Amino acid sequence: QGKFTLLRDTRTDGSFLVHHFLSFYLRAGCKVCFVALLQSFSHYNIVAQKLGVSLTAAKERGQLVFLEGLKSCLDLVFGEEEEQPGQPSPLQFLSESTSDLKALFDFVRTSLTPNGSDSWKGPVLLVDDLSVLLSVGAAPVAVLDFIHYCRAAVCSQLKGNIVVLVHSNEDSEDEENELVVNSLCHHSDLILWVEGLATGFCKDVHGQIKIIKRVSLQLTAEPDLIQIYQYKIQDKNVTFFARGLSAAVL
Amino acid sequence: MAAAAAGGGAARGCGATSFQRKAAGGSRLAAIAGTRPSVRHGQLLLSSGLPSLDCVLGGGIAVGTLLLIEEDTYGLYSNLLFKYFLAEGVVCGHDLFVASAKEHPDNILKELPAPLLDDTYRNELGEEGTAVKSEDFQDSMKIAWRYQNLPKMEASPTSSTKFGHYYDISKRMSPELFQSIKRHSFYLHEESSLEPKMKACNMNSAYARLLQSIQRIIYQEGFDGSDPQKKQKTILRIGIQSLGSLLWGDDICSSDTPEDIHSLTKFLYVLRGLLRKSLSACIITVPAHLIQNKAIMERVTNLSDMVVGLESFIGSERETNPLYKDYHGLVHVHQIPRLNSLICDVSDTKDLAFRLKRKLFTIERLHLPPDLSDTVSRASKQELAGSAKLLSSGCGAMAIGKRHLDF
Repeated sequence: QGKFTLLRDTRTDGSFLVHHFLSFYLRAGCKVCFVALLQSFSHYNIVAQKLGVSLTAAKERGQLVFLEGLKSCLDLVFGEEEEQPGQPSPLQFLSESTSDLKALFDFVRTSLTPNGSDSWKGPVLLVDDLSVLLSVGAAPVAVLDFIHYCRAAVCSQLKGNIVVLVHSNEDSEDEENELVVNSLCHHSDLILWVEGLATGFCKDVHGQIKIIKRVSLQLTAEPDLIQIYQYKIQDKNVTFFARGLSAAVL
Repeated sequence: MAAAAAGGGAARGCGATSFQRKAAGGSRLAAIAGTRPSVRHGQLLLSSGLPSLDCVLGGGIAVGTLLLIEEDTYGLYSNLLFKYFLAEGVVCGHDLFVASAKEHPDNILKELPAPLLDDTYRNELGEEGTAVKSEDFQDSMKIAWRYQNLPKMEASPTSSTKFGHYYDISKRMSPELFQSIKRHSFYLHEESSLEPKMKACNMNSAYARLLQSIQRIIYQEGFDGSDPQKKQKTILRIGIQSLGSLLWGDDICSSDTPEDIHSLTKFLYVLRGLLRKSLSACIITVPAHLIQNKAIMERVTNLSDMVVGLESFIGSERETNPLYKDYHGLVHVHQIPRLNSLICDVSDTKDLAFRLKRKLFTIERLHLPPDLSDTVSRASKQELAGSAKLLSSGCGAMAIGKRHLDF
């Protein structure tokens, strides 16, 4: 409860973790607010069906609040002038010169605040790809402020969890992105760092995942717990194994 | 797609994206010409005009996605790929939208390569194939008999289905093929100024106009499923040439600290939204070698679905390198999308090169010629070793030292 998990990928695609967390939390009966900035709803729906959860059903019973970034961006850019005055678009920062993400935060907060009739267990905020916000024009400080406000609202007040995906690269020249990623690394309770293998492409091992439990945040003078596994992604699940012990080798 | 789900989609209105899974009962509506469904993710695939590129991309270009080509130094070969994409659209009967700030789109369309008639070319291919096979069966391997049962390696990735056509670059496409094709063009210097309907979004005005034009075409021609009356569904192929170059009014290619580094990425984000919700596919060529700020290219890569980089040997030292004497350049596949699934169809060959024969452009696996030289000189051997180092696969270079150890 109240945990901030950072999903970080380097030289590979870590979106399988996002799909996993989405179906995991929906199956656990939590109320999920999913900010999907990069892909369409059907993409997540089809993958979730393979993993055993139906997103349309979850949306209908109010368990899932889905913000489809691409669609609301289009509505904002090409939409007609008749916006309801009380409901600004969550991606307001795109069209206005104010570069803060307040509208997005308000959207998250209103969707996760429990109203009396809900019986869901803790709220969860899932963000697919924070790096997109930087690409589209938000300042890095604005993004960090947004995450900070979300943590205050979701983790502390509502005792919920947050899971955020970012891209990073060791020799990346994108300094703003690295700034955001480093800052988030320091604040998170759990980091899942997915990397492509240093030796290149392999058919049987798609990459390695480093699980870092930030025990050092609890001020007990213990170092962080780091575990490393390698993984292979299949159609409906992902298999994890110790380094060097993939099924192809054994 | 939006077509197959039209029955249910009409009830849901325009919210249906083009990423709907095809109905399990097969297609009640006629399949769209020039497409085939993908086995992996159920999306409709288009051919890019080059069958070897289709194989490299995992079967083809999925409807609703964006293919980004990083141009080679002089833009020659990326232009060829661009024309192949459009030519394939003409042959399959798709609608075209060509946008350019460099040449007038009508001139681009006049220079499309002519399609090769299926029977003559495939006969040639088939003859070569059978000739090679008959030789093989005659001699079983005597020395390398362990390798007898391994599959024969194909130099150029091919698929056996009749999807995708071959084109003859030495001939122009005849105008009769264009008769039934609806073409829309956007030539920057002839466009009127921005209409007030679209909010400028602090984007470069040329990009804003282009987006508006694309959105208008998609909406008016009903590619986003907003007009359920349309019986004959077709795909809109969008081609944008040299996006990000100086001609579009963007200075990311000419200065280290550009005025607005977000214009191009904002454009790509909105374009992604437009593509995802319509029956269209887009090819964009970007002069990546000119962009000084590499952060922009990283962001652009993240926002596109497929990214292919071309590196030609013209003017570089590799032109005379004996290793590469058969090829004209290298192909780097930087990204393949994972659509509707956890995995993607990554091809096994990572070292790809292209060559432009007299009539044909192909992408092949890079073969090193055998090292038959008797040279004793260290210099040439070191150079070969250095070039061999570059053949390591995408994710990381092998740790080979510079010195060539001679035993």
